[in-house]
Amino acid sequence: MNFIVPLIVVTFVAVGLIKKVPVFEVFCQGAFKGLKTVVSITPTLLGLITAVTMLRESTALDSLTSFISPFAQRLGFPAEIVPVAILRPVSGGGSTALLIDIFERLGPDSFAGKIVSVMAGSTETTFYAITIYYGSVGVKKIRHTLIAGLAADLTAVIFSVLTVRLFLI
Amino acid sequence: MFIAFLWAIISGNMEALSASVMNGAASAVELLISIAGIICFWSGMMEIADKGGITTFLAKLFSPILTKLFKNVNKDSPAMRYISLNISANLLGLGNAATPFGLSAMKELKTLNHNKDTASDDMLLFVVLNTASLQLIPTTLCAYRANFGSNAPYEIMPAVWLTSIVALLAGVTVAKAFSKAGG
Repeated sequence: MNFIVPLIVVTFVAVGLIKKVPVFEVFCQGAFKGLKTVVSITPTLLGLITAVTMLRESTALDSLTSFISPFAQRLGFPAEIVPVAILRPVSGGGSTALLIDIFERLGPDSFAGKIVSVMAGSTETTFYAITIYYGSVGVKKIRHTLIAGLAADLTAVIFSVLTVRLFLI
Repeated sequence: MFIAFLWAIISGNMEALSASVMNGAASAVELLISIAGIICFWSGMMEIADKGGITTFLAKLFSPILTKLFKNVNKDSPAMRYISLNISANLLGLGNAATPFGLSAMKELKTLNHNKDTASDDMLLFVVLNTASLQLIPTTLCAYRANFGSNAPYEIMPAVWLTSIVALLAGVTVAKAFSKAGG
């Protein structure tokens, strides 16, 4: 799998050169946009990471995890992933803060770390997308959008456990 | 935060909690600075891809599949153009570009729906496609993984692709099934 990332980079640059794009200039413009993204997520993430750190230090998170643990173990996944799975469709920042907490304590290459990685990479903040898109055109009756969106999220949770068990341990 | 406060009182952890307020904020800034490099790099690469016409190329590639999915949208209509551009921008992780395309697509779909305030099947399907994430490289995620010492920050990518495709199929199936049932 090591070749995927370099291959993508080389392909993009090659296509850019063939299409006579001023590659370096465009790269710098894009990188600057990336910097703006980082700045724009800073306040939210700072607030939420602080909140999650407080939750952890107060041992509230541990108590929740150990409460879920027996059920989770029977189904074959680590209890730590449950708070992330629940928060993911509702709050992008909140679930990211929990993910970072797992990376910090257990490591990104741990079983739970890999599962939350796949989960975070394969889902979006469902409620946010619904609000933005319907809100922009003033549609009020969204029918079964939420059910379908949450069905996709639930499938993603199940498959992130399955794919990690099958391919990544 | 209130839960944390109450729990700290119950479990007698107030000292650790007060330290965590400061540590949490400080570590958040350190984290954001260290992931900035990877995010900027990929953002730059994706800009090259976009300017090199990869977004439009992908949009053309998806067009046949999307035409099958969106029953009431004409193949050459502006609605279809915006839908496919939105999907391919999402795939490249160009969030800043994907959202405006998506908003234009919704506007077109609303016109096709005679401006009603109830979502049409096509609008619903489009929003479901956007609530699932299809992304070639989950850059921010990989940046976090690298920052916390992962041996292979990108190794999760194939699992992410498979999971998002299955999740997307599930979302589309549920959306279609309910639409058919007249829900």
